Amino acid sequence: MSVAEQTDVTSGFEMVVGLEVHVQLKTASKAFCGCSTNFGAPPNQNTCPVCLALPGALPVLNARAVELALRIALGFGFTVNHRSVFARKNYFYPDLPKGYQISQHDQPIAEHGALDIGLVVSGAPRVIRITRAHMEEDAGKSIHDRYDSATAVDLNRSGVPLVEIVSEPDMRSPEEAGAYLRTLKQILLYLDVSDCNMEEGSLRVDANVSARPFGQTTLGTKCEVKNMNSFSGVEKALATEFRRQCGVLTAGGTVQQQTLLWDGHKGEIRPARSKEGSSDYRYFPEPDLPPLIVTDAELSHVRATLPELPVARRARYVALGLSEYDVQELTSDPATGPYFEAVLTLHADPKAVSNWVTGEVRAALNERSAEWTAVPLEPARLAALLNLLRDGTVSSSAAKKIFAQLLTSADTPKVIAERDGLIQVRDDDALAGWVDEVLAENPQEAARFAAGEKKLQGLLVGLVMKKSQGRADPRLVNQLLSTRASG
Amino acid sequence: MSGMDGHELSAADTASAVGAGTLSATDVCTAALERAMAGADLNAYITLASDGDVRAMAGAAPRGLLHGVPVAVKDNIATTALSTSCGSKILQGWVSPYEATAVAKLHAAGAVIIGKTNMDEFAMGSSTENSAYGPTLNPLDHARVPGGSSGGSAAAVAAGHCRISFGSETGGSVRQPAAFCGIVGVKPTYGRVSRFGLVAFASSLDHIGVFGRSVDDAALGLQVIAGHDPHDATSVDTPVDVYRDQAGQSLIGLVVGVPTEYFPATLDPQIRARCDRALDRLRQLGAEVRPVSLPHTDLAIPVYYILAPAEASSNLARFDGVRYGPRAPADDLREMYEQTRSVGFGPEVTRRIILGTYVLSQGHYDAYYRKAMLVREKITEDFARVFASGVHVLFTPTTPSPAFGFGTRSDPIEMYLSDIFTATANLAGVPAMSQPIGLVDGMPVGGQLLAAHFREADMFRAAFALEGALGSEALT
Amino acid sequence: MAVSDADVLHVAALARVGVPLERLPAMVRELNGILEHMAVLESVDVSSVAADARPAMPRRDDQVAPVLLARPLADFAPAPRDGFLLVPRLSTHSQLGATEGDE
Repeated sequence: MSVAEQTDVTSGFEMVVGLEVHVQLKTASKAFCGCSTNFGAPPNQNTCPVCLALPGALPVLNARAVELALRIALGFGFTVNHRSVFARKNYFYPDLPKGYQISQHDQPIAEHGALDIGLVVSGAPRVIRITRAHMEEDAGKSIHDRYDSATAVDLNRSGVPLVEIVSEPDMRSPEEAGAYLRTLKQILLYLDVSDCNMEEGSLRVDANVSARPFGQTTLGTKCEVKNMNSFSGVEKALATEFRRQCGVLTAGGTVQQQTLLWDGHKGEIRPARSKEGSSDYRYFPEPDLPPLIVTDAELSHVRATLPELPVARRARYVALGLSEYDVQELTSDPATGPYFEAVLTLHADPKAVSNWVTGEVRAALNERSAEWTAVPLEPARLAALLNLLRDGTVSSSAAKKIFAQLLTSADTPKVIAERDGLIQVRDDDALAGWVDEVLAENPQEAARFAAGEKKLQGLLVGLVMKKSQGRADPRLVNQLLSTRASG
Repeated sequence: MSGMDGHELSAADTASAVGAGTLSATDVCTAALERAMAGADLNAYITLASDGDVRAMAGAAPRGLLHGVPVAVKDNIATTALSTSCGSKILQGWVSPYEATAVAKLHAAGAVIIGKTNMDEFAMGSSTENSAYGPTLNPLDHARVPGGSSGGSAAAVAAGHCRISFGSETGGSVRQPAAFCGIVGVKPTYGRVSRFGLVAFASSLDHIGVFGRSVDDAALGLQVIAGHDPHDATSVDTPVDVYRDQAGQSLIGLVVGVPTEYFPATLDPQIRARCDRALDRLRQLGAEVRPVSLPHTDLAIPVYYILAPAEASSNLARFDGVRYGPRAPADDLREMYEQTRSVGFGPEVTRRIILGTYVLSQGHYDAYYRKAMLVREKITEDFARVFASGVHVLFTPTTPSPAFGFGTRSDPIEMYLSDIFTATANLAGVPAMSQPIGLVDGMPVGGQLLAAHFREADMFRAAFALEGALGSEALT
Repeated sequence: MAVSDADVLHVAALARVGVPLERLPAMVRELNGILEHMAVLESVDVSSVAADARPAMPRRDDQVAPVLLARPLADFAPAPRDGFLLVPRLSTHSQLGATEGDE
């Protein structure tokens, strides 16, 4: 199809997107039993009578799962329902041991949230409404291609706590969907409730997309698209499915409601499986769990201990006088900020600290594939280095050399500088002595410089640096030469 | 006293004697096992422990309230030594890899489980005729049912194998068999005894209950298994009374309510007469008897038969052949599910699963399930109102008839209606118990006492007194 | 609300139980009889029902402390293999390995 023909199919149609995001909560144990949630255990190792659904087993709710769910509720401006109810969602599948999933239906823990996705359309910030967030348990994993004509079931994941965040169908483009997901993920990381790793499955996205002619207010029939492994995969899947639906509508057909799977390798949409009509989950309140009551006191406590959110942190850094770029670099993930601020308390130059943190330190972390929690350079030592630099005790090139050593040794910058002879020489007599020597050894340049060729200053400074084995303070050398030149 | 097996002693006296060394736990328990084996024609058990295992357990029994006391446990309560089949083929031979909290408490108290008793499949039934392992006979008349669904546990005590046994209640499955077999049967308050390890039929209605040869036996059995359990979120954290302390307590000041709805005009006049006699005894002991009303009583059966099958249909979904139990051969997953479950479940279970699935399904949930939940609250409110008005206990007949003959209640609705006096207590969660109050046509009938939530002590106070006052009249 | 043969078959399929065709008429009759008894609930006034008075849900600490199995899963599972539980593959399943369940 030519580009023109492709655009033709979708033109005149508006994409309507709603996203359901499943967030795995980073609790140590499962939602309803004491099994470990650690990722990567051998199949079915993290199981017990409860998550195996042995006869007679009963669920008991994990308190930390509730706390993390409340953080999510507060982090997105939800109204928290003081009384929420768990419900059974009944269906048969081998990775659903009980034959039902414990979820929430009529009375979820949180409703009516919103997310500013950072885009501006027609002068107004795009705020996506979020219908609800509810708690539920994850299912296990069914692996269909490991053995011939059999499905292999691993229940390690069965019972891991999830929060499902359901947006209103407010998004109108793949870009908006991508922005929603990226902003959502950033806030979730700041809230420290999940690893949010799509590859590992701690963040999963199901997209609901429909098409309608521009101007129509009623919604078209939506299809659900699953199996995306990345945010860009979501964007591509939405575009692909939208195009498909527009094609159907343009040809005079009607879109059939169905569940589709995204094949990221081939860039294609496929039907999930033949459905015999929509599912009847026969929701009813979970009789094994009394209602979840969240008191004002509990909510206040969660609010008081809520980690700082990106919006607030960005505002504080802007108030420090940092550029938008610097603020962005320092706040893109939640761990850079605390490190930056720790250094800042010991070296009160936001710009300088920011440069080093987002520059040298981050590069070192990337090289080592390390996390900010495992930075081999404590804020105090970095601050000490920056102090030396500011005082002129070391030059910036020396500082870089010292930095490299700080990563692999526990020594202070001062000790390293002294040991390696990196302390700048600033003694007037010594500097004057070297300058004199250089001028004497390079009489032609010296004469021309004295005659007014200022551009030779750089060369002469270089020679002094060489003579001093890099230890001369280049600023002072420059000053000396300038003084000599002018008089 | 060596050589005596102590089965005429109460469980409490047995435990004392064993603790004092005047009785051997091994003698007591092996004798119980022998009686159970001798009574094999009753088909009260699905599995009996071996002689060797009983000796070992008795020999190692810790000192506790049930030191060396033999007990029987219904086959829907998880035990790790003996299988837990729930009276069904779908769990045939299933040996649970974990034990119920109530069972752990029994072991800690020194009790010795001699067998797992027969039951209606998945506790669905009122006669034990729905067991996949054959019916249990009523020890008092082998042509009649022992009641259900805990028929095996009732028969074990009625036949004298042991003084205490354990069953489960969803609509009356301990009290009704207790009445039919002439023994004591107790349903505690919902949440009094942990359900962890009780194979769920209808989660909001299920309870583990106790059978006792006497009120004292039942009181002791309940005390041992009661208590908060962190593994059961519906288990309530409130202190457990010493129910046996209610023996000999005066009834002066006790107000007994008689709900008119439990004494309809159609009530068998002989049962009415036995109830009247029991009430007279209570009056003579100083209790005040007054009529009360529980106006929503007649809605109990419709509500129960919507809620229970609905919850059951969900609770039984886990029996799918994937992780445990027998699995039907099949090439396709769907076929595996359907074959495994069709072959594994009996007709009553299948009927209730279908009924339950129907009332939960799209288009029917509001009219049936949601409505039934709301009406249930009205039934609960009836009890709350009466108990708040100064009434301590209620007294009613336990069943509308004595034990019926095998095969005489083939119409499911007729069978369901035999729960008419017992199901309300499961719906409201209030404690209730049955004890023998006389014979009708030669078969025992039961009188039922009910109390407010967690007021088992009031119930036992009246029960001890009534048992003492009736004495041998309970067998007339 | 009368229950039809199709209703019973539909519901049996949802519940993954079989109803042999020869049992179907009896099952339909029984169900209708039972549901007729439930009809009395239609006229009950529930407008004044108070909210659920159960005590609030207890919660457990986030500790790794599973109830231990006396025997491992492989001992009692019908078809264990390499630690997995095997089941016959759903015949209509697509190849992409999606794990969401469906009717």
